[in-house]
Amino acid sequence: MSAWKKHEVFEKNSFVLLIGILVAVAIGGLVEIAPLFYLKSTIEKTVGMRPYTPLELKGRDIYIREGCYLCHSQMVRPMRDEMERYGHFSLAAESMYDHPFQWGSKRTGPDLARVGGKYSDAWHTEHLIDPRSLVPASIMPGYPFLAENKLDTRDTQSALTVNSIVGVPYTEEQIENAASDLMGQARPDTDAAYAFEERWPTAQIRDFDGNPDAVTEMDALVAYLQVLGTMVDFSIYDNKANSR
Amino acid sequence: MVQGRKRPAIAGWKNGQIKGLCGDRAESCDIVPIRCDNLHSTFCLEGLYDPIDMNQRGSGKVVCMVVPSLAPCMDSKDWGAEMAQNKAKMISLEEGGFAIFLVVLAFVCLIVAGKTFDQVMAFHAGIGTLFAAVGVFFIFKNYFDDGGEPIPAEIDGKPNYNMGPVKFGTIAAVFWGLAGFTVGLVIALQLAWPALNFDLPWTNFGRLRPLHTSAVIFAFGGNVLLATSMYVVQRTSRARMPGRILPWFVILGYNAFIVIAGTGYLLGVTQSKEYAEPEWYADLWLTIVWVFYLFLFLGTLWKRKEPHIYVANWFYLAFIVTIAMLHITNNLTIPVSIYSTKSYIVWSGVQDAMVQWWYGHNAVGFFLTAGFLAIMYYFIPKQADRPVYSYRLSIVHFWALIFLYIWAGPHHLHYTALPQWASTLGATFSIILWMPSWGGMINGLMTLSGAWDKLRTDPVLRMMVVSVAFYGMSTFEGPLMSLRSVNSLSHYTDWTIGHVHSGALGWVGYISFGAIYCLVPWLWNKKQLYSLKLVNWHFWLSTLGIVLYITAMWVSGIMQGLMWRAYDSLGFLEYSFVETVEAMHPFYIIRALGGALFVIGAVIMAYNLWMTVRHGEAEEADAAPAGSLAPAE
Repeated sequence: MSAWKKHEVFEKNSFVLLIGILVAVAIGGLVEIAPLFYLKSTIEKTVGMRPYTPLELKGRDIYIREGCYLCHSQMVRPMRDEMERYGHFSLAAESMYDHPFQWGSKRTGPDLARVGGKYSDAWHTEHLIDPRSLVPASIMPGYPFLAENKLDTRDTQSALTVNSIVGVPYTEEQIENAASDLMGQARPDTDAAYAFEERWPTAQIRDFDGNPDAVTEMDALVAYLQVLGTMVDFSIYDNKANSR
Repeated sequence: MVQGRKRPAIAGWKNGQIKGLCGDRAESCDIVPIRCDNLHSTFCLEGLYDPIDMNQRGSGKVVCMVVPSLAPCMDSKDWGAEMAQNKAKMISLEEGGFAIFLVVLAFVCLIVAGKTFDQVMAFHAGIGTLFAAVGVFFIFKNYFDDGGEPIPAEIDGKPNYNMGPVKFGTIAAVFWGLAGFTVGLVIALQLAWPALNFDLPWTNFGRLRPLHTSAVIFAFGGNVLLATSMYVVQRTSRARMPGRILPWFVILGYNAFIVIAGTGYLLGVTQSKEYAEPEWYADLWLTIVWVFYLFLFLGTLWKRKEPHIYVANWFYLAFIVTIAMLHITNNLTIPVSIYSTKSYIVWSGVQDAMVQWWYGHNAVGFFLTAGFLAIMYYFIPKQADRPVYSYRLSIVHFWALIFLYIWAGPHHLHYTALPQWASTLGATFSIILWMPSWGGMINGLMTLSGAWDKLRTDPVLRMMVVSVAFYGMSTFEGPLMSLRSVNSLSHYTDWTIGHVHSGALGWVGYISFGAIYCLVPWLWNKKQLYSLKLVNWHFWLSTLGIVLYITAMWVSGIMQGLMWRAYDSLGFLEYSFVETVEAMHPFYIIRALGGALFVIGAVIMAYNLWMTVRHGEAEEADAAPAGSLAPAE
């Protein structure tokens, strides 16, 4: 009986074929994915990393909603030109609270992994409203509506709750006060801002879009952009600690 | 007229034809039993048979089909008894089950639509309610129209294939194809001239790009896969698909998913996972539809009259099963609330990146490769009238392909925070994958041995053969780009976009067009396509388009990759980022031109198909329909 003849068992029995396919396609994924949940380098904890504040999280939701990830990566590769252009290469820990990750796959625009703090809030706001007013050769779409849309804050607390369910270490206090913290971060010198500062000592409190009348989607998006890549202090980062 | 039974509306008759005349008895009898293929029921027409009324104008031929149980002519009385019996038939478990499911779904959607403050959710839940309600209506309409009469699985010893859903899928594929290609052209133009974004939320690149990718992959490609798989599995099993609601539920449910996903993108609903952008509720719906699709496919295999499962069906089965596994794992999200469109996925960071590209690359491997290889394995032998080149090669390359493809995902993540061993493993398997990929290509191309001359005369076959050549080309380029050193240059640039389009436009597009050009005359019983000359125009215009597209992307991609890493003599980076953007402008225009040619080709195809259906010459009723026999194994 030749080996080819033995293959008949798959050809004549749909269940055997089904099981054969399942086994064949399961192996690769298991080998490649499962170890990432226990290897040190992929689950490292790094000093400085904190979950996104409610306002930053909302800004991130807008970043996703508008499809920014389609043209902007958030992953600096360890190559000389990239590190000179964008900064220190990205660490696994820096996206550990990203559900889902925003590494991207295309750079129609520049990488944004370390864009935080590189430009002023006013630059970002103006650039998002009309990119070509600041960068004449830019091909980025304009997003003037972000400055006009009031931020929808109705499910802020649920958003934090769900993030904590999937593993982001928000404290109970942070979740309970999510709605007030969201406003506080964008309204400096208010009671909400002081309360926010106590719960989020390392976050930035500013009127990001320069419009004191309302907390807009622009506030949220700029707050998110300004925190990107700024959490880890690389002057004290020990790159040997987690290698294995 | 028939007692207690209205005469069937002309629209209900399949394509205005009545198959097979009722034998000599009918002629001597004034009551003619005729079976209407579309309504799946029997009708008895009293008095003289009126060919004009039956929409047989012009042909003069009256052909109809004898229903065995009714072959001896009945008188009116018998018919009445038969009717009474029919009336008493219970609604089947399948019809009842689907009806209850859809009623529950309609209510759930209605409650969600009423309670949500999320306008998009209200809109989508509203669509859900509407679709479910229409579904219930048609289930009952169908039941009352034919009294629950079971559809014969065979007529005169020949399988009574269920081609309605296949026709729907074919039409949907052409429609979504035109839409998806056009949106692709729009976003190509936006990259050349950003003013075309109009600074509006629902017209900007970020929302249109997922619309383009999903429309071409899942709407166009998905409908092609659904339609061809339903066609091929029935033909090669020589059995009718099981169920009367099930096949329609699968094809309509899938298209409902597309409507929800597509409108969602425009309104800003996305979970940002490339090629898996639909949010949790659309994903959940697709999971339900997909499980039914698996059962529909397996159910047809279980009914097969052939001892062997044909090779095309292995690929279809691998595609269905693996896509289910990938879809579920990559979309494990927790919604913010059931009234919200927003959800957060359980994976994060590195793990999420790995899961995403394990999914992403195998959406290519199993949706765009395995499924379309199945099409190749049926339609090329069929159109060339030659058996598959090597049966053994198909066994080897099938198992090798599905085993190896799964590993290739992490080559999308070279030099990222993913551990190097993982991305290297991905690249290694990508290189090995070259072999089974080319095994498939060789098997497809060599099927033409002895029939190469047909390439000159048959543009449909030529399209499919060129598609296999493009498959060979992009599966050569892919492993090359998965190498770390090449990837460091090509990644994040347009080279990737060009590579994807040589596979998508060349391989997936052409094999789909070829299959559609075959299917339409077969399904609508036409002798041939309306015009082979137009197929030729389609072929050459879109080939030119593809060549312009991929060459422009090669140049702009490699150029941009080199500009990013260029240093001047003083050791500074030579170009700012925006200078590299400026340099790509001419290539973006060339790419858009290529895309436009491809769109024009597709419009020509749509016109040609429309004319085939409307004005094509009908196939002889008695001649064996094309594709009635499985290709030799």
